[in-house]
Amino acid sequence: MNPVNYLYLAALLFTIGAAGVLIRRNAIVLFMCVELMLNACNLAFVTFSRMHGNLDGQIIAFFTMVVAAAEVVVGLAIIVSVFRARHSASVDDASLMKL
Amino acid sequence: MENLIGLLVAAPLLGAALLLCGGRRLDGKGHLLGTALALASFVIGAVLFADMLGRDEHDRALHSHLFSWIPVGGFRADVAFQLDQLSMTFVLLITGVGSLIHIYSIGYMEHDERRRRFFGYLNLFLAAMLLLVLADNYLLLYVGWEGVGLASYLLIGFWQHKPSAATAAKKAFIVNRVGDVGLSIAIMLMFTTFGTFAFAPVLSNATDASEGKLTAIGLMLLLAACGKSAQVPLQSWLGDAMEGPTPVSALIHAATMVTAGVYLITRSGAIFNNAPDAQTAVVTVGAVTLLFGAIVGCAKDDIKKALAGSTMSQIGYMILAAGLGPIGYVFAIMHLVTHGFFKAGLFLGAGSVMHGMNDEVDMRKYGGLRKYMPVTFVTFGLGYLAIIGFPGLSGFWSKDKIIEAAFAKGGTEGWILGGAALLGAAITAYYMTRVMLLTFFGEKRWVPDEQGNEPHPHESPKSMTIPMIVLAFGSVFAGGLFSLNDAFLKWLEPVTSHSHGHSPLSAATVTAGTMVVLLIGVAIAWVQYGRRPVPSTAPRGSLLTRAARRDLLQDDFNHVVLVKPGEYLTRGLVYVDHKLVDGVVNGTAASVGGLSGRLRKLQNGYARTYAVSMFGGTAVLIAATLLMRAV
Repeated sequence: MNPVNYLYLAALLFTIGAAGVLIRRNAIVLFMCVELMLNACNLAFVTFSRMHGNLDGQIIAFFTMVVAAAEVVVGLAIIVSVFRARHSASVDDASLMKL
Repeated sequence: MENLIGLLVAAPLLGAALLLCGGRRLDGKGHLLGTALALASFVIGAVLFADMLGRDEHDRALHSHLFSWIPVGGFRADVAFQLDQLSMTFVLLITGVGSLIHIYSIGYMEHDERRRRFFGYLNLFLAAMLLLVLADNYLLLYVGWEGVGLASYLLIGFWQHKPSAATAAKKAFIVNRVGDVGLSIAIMLMFTTFGTFAFAPVLSNATDASEGKLTAIGLMLLLAACGKSAQVPLQSWLGDAMEGPTPVSALIHAATMVTAGVYLITRSGAIFNNAPDAQTAVVTVGAVTLLFGAIVGCAKDDIKKALAGSTMSQIGYMILAAGLGPIGYVFAIMHLVTHGFFKAGLFLGAGSVMHGMNDEVDMRKYGGLRKYMPVTFVTFGLGYLAIIGFPGLSGFWSKDKIIEAAFAKGGTEGWILGGAALLGAAITAYYMTRVMLLTFFGEKRWVPDEQGNEPHPHESPKSMTIPMIVLAFGSVFAGGLFSLNDAFLKWLEPVTSHSHGHSPLSAATVTAGTMVVLLIGVAIAWVQYGRRPVPSTAPRGSLLTRAARRDLLQDDFNHVVLVKPGEYLTRGLVYVDHKLVDGVVNGTAASVGGLSGRLRKLQNGYARTYAVSMFGGTAVLIAATLLMRAV
């Protein structure tokens, strides 16, 4: 199978994630969209690794997973505490700017 | 002996410090302390004088270096005193007349609750004036010069609860500032020309400098002298200065401070001798002022203002003499000293009259006072005879010499100046006779004041009459003593130098001429005020009389020529400041504010907005990279 198709899939997934980040207001959904984008990147890395015949991309994909795991821990903690304070998971409600 | 010079200044300065900082504790005895310190200064002066007489005439100057005031690189300003014959003359006049006036003030200010402060100011004045005449460089002289200006301001406005006194004080201060600018510019010019402003090097090197620079320095010094000595065109403050207590008018605005200009010009003689144009300016100012003051003096009904006009005129004589160069310096100073005696005596007499007349100053409401105030009458009368130049009295010796010297200037200039001086002598005789007749002769014309208090003229207490008697002695004998064997001439010649001019008229002719104009002046005054009864309100008078009553329109002139344009200028500047300067500043602030208001909108707090800019930015970057690669 042509590895370029994996790249198309990765681009599609990234676009879906990005659109989700821009459009949705719920912090959890936002968070999941960010994960989607990260995994799209991982997919692209692994595909490139395969195409170029070396392991660099796979190693970076592992790094990304580690960072993403750490991010999930911190991010969820923030979301939970914001929800406790404001009784809302909407990111728009978190804005304190005067307009 | 040198160490005593510092004490001359220190004694009254200590008095001023104690009296002004001592508070109420000194209210009871403060005036005695002030008087004692003035007398102490006089005694020190007398000791120094005796010491000076004991030395050879070329070895008389004493020098006392106190400390270096501002030593910066090539610039050096010292606090150092120089006591030569010229300074000595002033020291004796200032401390002598000053002490007498302190004594007089004990009686005159007896009922004033701020008497302690008054004596403090008087002491401050003495200290500043002594500093002025003792300084050995122009910068220290400037300190004294400003000091007397301050004391004059404080004393003119001593009764500051009267708006007229407060205004007069401000006027004197401001007009004097104009003159002071001249002095400071002169000092700067001296420094750039000679590299120093100590008397000795400046005056001995004066011949090396270019005439243009000397003329500039001379004119600036003349401006300074005009301010301090109330000469045209800066004369307008002296008449109003009479708002101050009468002893102040006698000491500061007649005998001493206003003569500082004459001192300055005489002291700077070496500069003026080498700058003929500046000298011409000086004699012109002197001649114009001597007539100006005399004419103003003729029209005033206020006894102190009439005397103020007279002071202006007599100082005009001195300035005229000083402008004549070596022919006149000695006589300028001689007239200054005799004038110090008789004018201080006249003012004290006027104060005594006011003291007895419930502070009435209008001479038309006096009349016939000779019976009620015999001592005042006699002392005032002697001062009167001295000022008009009655043969044998002080004014005769000094004024006659000035008129002679004016003729001796030579050429057309000599005739004009001599003529002006003679005319001035006639007018002097007229206005002083008028004052005398209105005050002491004729019917009594006094009326009850607004509260219905009838004045009860009475002789003043001893503390007031004794100084008047002493000054009357000076008015009578000083001139004669000075002229005996040309004593005064020989005394001052080593400092000021002297030359006899070539007068087209003999001394006897000038004296005879002076006597004739004197008689004419007295006769006219007698016809107008002695023979006929005097109306108690002033008649309308001729155009000249009305102008002279308003000080020959000096204030109107200043108002139109200086004050009005100044007001327009400030108004214009305010307009420009408002519209242009403020406009630019406010405009910048408003546009920056508006711009930031718009920029602020970019930060709306929504995470997705930031995300869009992030994605957008990345997209642009990638697009740019791809584009670059394609090209």
